[in-house]
Amino acid sequence: MLLSMQDISKAFSGVAALRSASLSIAEGEVMALVGQNGAGKSTLIKILTGAYQRDTGLIRLEGEDVVFATPGQSQARGIATIYQEINLAPQRSVAENIYLSREPKTRFGLLDRRAMRDGAAAVLKTFNLDIDVDLPVAHFSAATRQMIAIARAVTQKARLVIMDEPTSSLDEREVAILFQTIRTLKKNGVAVLFIGHRLDELYEICDRVTIMRDGQTVAESAMADMPKMELVRHMLGKELAAFEAIARDGGSEAKPVRLLADGVGSGVRVRDVSLTVREGEISGLAGLLGSGRTETARILFGVDRLQSGAIRVDGRERDYNEPADAIADGIGLVSEDRKIDGIIPDMSIRENMTLALLPKLKKAGIVDRARQQEIVTHYIKALGVKCASPDQPIKELSGGNQQKVLLARWLCTDPRILIIDEPTRGIDIGAKAEILKLLRRLADEGLSVLMISSELEELLAAADHVTVLSDGRSVAALKRNELSETALLAAMAHQVN
Amino acid sequence: MLKTLSRLFIPKSSGDYARLGVLLALAGLILFGALRYDNFLSQFNILSFLRYNSMFALIALGMAFVIITGGIDLSVGAVAAMSSVVAAYLSPYGWLPGLAGGMAAGLVAGAINGVIVTRLRIQPFIATLAMMLAAYGTALLLANNQSVSVSYDTGFTTIGQDDFLGFPIPAWIAAFVYVLGWVFLERLPTGRHVLAIGDGEATANLMGLKVERTLFAVYALSGLLAGLAGVILASQFGAGQPTEGVGWELFAIASVVVGGTLLTGGSGSVGATLAGALLLAMVFNILNFENGLGWISLSAYWQSVIRGAFLLIVVVLQARLMKKTEAP
Repeated sequence: MLLSMQDISKAFSGVAALRSASLSIAEGEVMALVGQNGAGKSTLIKILTGAYQRDTGLIRLEGEDVVFATPGQSQARGIATIYQEINLAPQRSVAENIYLSREPKTRFGLLDRRAMRDGAAAVLKTFNLDIDVDLPVAHFSAATRQMIAIARAVTQKARLVIMDEPTSSLDEREVAILFQTIRTLKKNGVAVLFIGHRLDELYEICDRVTIMRDGQTVAESAMADMPKMELVRHMLGKELAAFEAIARDGGSEAKPVRLLADGVGSGVRVRDVSLTVREGEISGLAGLLGSGRTETARILFGVDRLQSGAIRVDGRERDYNEPADAIADGIGLVSEDRKIDGIIPDMSIRENMTLALLPKLKKAGIVDRARQQEIVTHYIKALGVKCASPDQPIKELSGGNQQKVLLARWLCTDPRILIIDEPTRGIDIGAKAEILKLLRRLADEGLSVLMISSELEELLAAADHVTVLSDGRSVAALKRNELSETALLAAMAHQVN
Repeated sequence: MLKTLSRLFIPKSSGDYARLGVLLALAGLILFGALRYDNFLSQFNILSFLRYNSMFALIALGMAFVIITGGIDLSVGAVAAMSSVVAAYLSPYGWLPGLAGGMAAGLVAGAINGVIVTRLRIQPFIATLAMMLAAYGTALLLANNQSVSVSYDTGFTTIGQDDFLGFPIPAWIAAFVYVLGWVFLERLPTGRHVLAIGDGEATANLMGLKVERTLFAVYALSGLLAGLAGVILASQFGAGQPTEGVGWELFAIASVVVGGTLLTGGSGSVGATLAGALLLAMVFNILNFENGLGWISLSAYWQSVIRGAFLLIVVVLQARLMKKTEAP
């Protein structure tokens, strides 16, 4: 065994990110590492590379216990990492990037630039890449940059190359080149840890798979012995508490279509997505991590430009330049990551709630405080936000209550279509059910909701129908009476039933 | 052979175009001056030009390294002033104590900057702004708010005032330091690491580079060179000058920027920084000649405005060139 990590635990300020996780890789083996967001994959990798320190557990490399305090130390032991955001210095030349931190030197301690240039060209040639190694890395495409990063790993005599979602920004032809490279590595006895989400790719290139969930390793097996359905089931797991079903059985088909996406695409991440949201219904959008869910929302909301297909809002074809256009059409987006895109932690509940409404609240440029107060009081009561006062900083609220404030931010703009991305992420189970009920009530009042979720239970409980994405394409549209855990899993694993 | 030649002379990156631009502008100005003014290429003008501007060139080089890492050093002018006072006080003990003391004062200030930036994680702008205030204060305290005469008996004034092989000693010092600086940045691994760190600190860290140590060294070096400039200042004008150096940091930043180094870091060249410093100094020199012709009479204030405008034109032209050649 080349590497074995056993019983690795790690907590960040009291919150467990890894609980006794394990991972082992043999020489020349391509190991897949899969799991949802927050499953602990990246924490595990960062511990392996020395970017984080483990709390407990054992790491053995070639039979020897190791502790890596810095990325430099793990590199010195032959562990190279190709990160998702390819970590090369963009303005430095290809040759320099390959040799940075272990440059060949002449007798006088100067850079041996000829050796760098020739060595870089030679190693790139083994991957069938013939490029000018004096050009800055920024000149090249994502795929080429990835090859350069791999070439860097090879020249450092890496025994294990970790690839974090290496195919996420590559097109099919480039993926083929990458896989050829991985096979070359394998032939030379180099092990590869492949972190990815596209199941077809995993089955094509990987020998074994390690599946993580909630900071634990839940399964490890040969790829061939792990059917796709089984793999997805392990990844998603089951929520402990079942929600009470709050979806309606049919009846909304007769209502007018509010939002329609027809073959929508924006390049690599979203290629061909079709979905409909009718008046007064909750339309679910499902798919594995990396399937293009959030990116689809970004197109519908005008953040990313539409490149193919068409979007219709109330039957009129729309192509938004920016979110302001979408908002003007009555579309709201509650984003996935509250901390990054949503809340402004130090501002009060009142200010956070009325942020999107401010333009309408202004009279001659001055915020109408009375009107603002009225709206805020109304929504705090209507959504049941638990807070001391509207002037409390939002960061003091629980996740569920923060989410309600964000929801209120959009509701008070009086939207007709609300896109909500992972409405219950990071919220405790009781608050989850409450948020879902709230969405249902809003839908009953006529709001059209597009609910993006990675939680099966949530979709099963709340969605009137579900569109399933896989690899940037909508692969299934499941009606209420077709919805079941098995059907969703099958669609996500992209097995046509 | 042909490949080597093309590598030397054909611009490849957008930065190369900016560097080519500053060289052309410098050549243009020299040509303009030579044709228009009788004494422009006189020995006297050339030598005093070099003697005076070597100080700025030294500071600009330290600044270039700092800016290449994506940082900034606002303290260099104040540090030079402080070092000139220290050097003046030590000059009676010999030229070497004066030289070493002034440089040491600069090095200490730079090292403190480095510690604050790398260990305390304070933004360079703030850290060096604080050092600028502290160094001015220290200079005034040490000098009791007046200039401190240097000793003329120990050979200390030789450093700033005398010539060697027909060229001013400050120019030799600057030339020597620039050669070292070029070798460091272009031919030593650590120099390339400075560039890589400016390209992205997190990335450089993940590539196994010693980011903190390198950043510390860069700020310390900037302080050291400011100290050396302070020594030359004291030696050349015969006194430690606690109130000199105001605005030198801006002149240095301008030189670096005109030399095609991006303020965002990750790119830059030693040669172009020298060209940038010379270019700005040359504008000043030409304005002086223009005044001397008597056609127009420009006050110092107007000269400042014209230099500012010239700087803006050069930077805008560079930005255009770079946009045109941006990577696909």
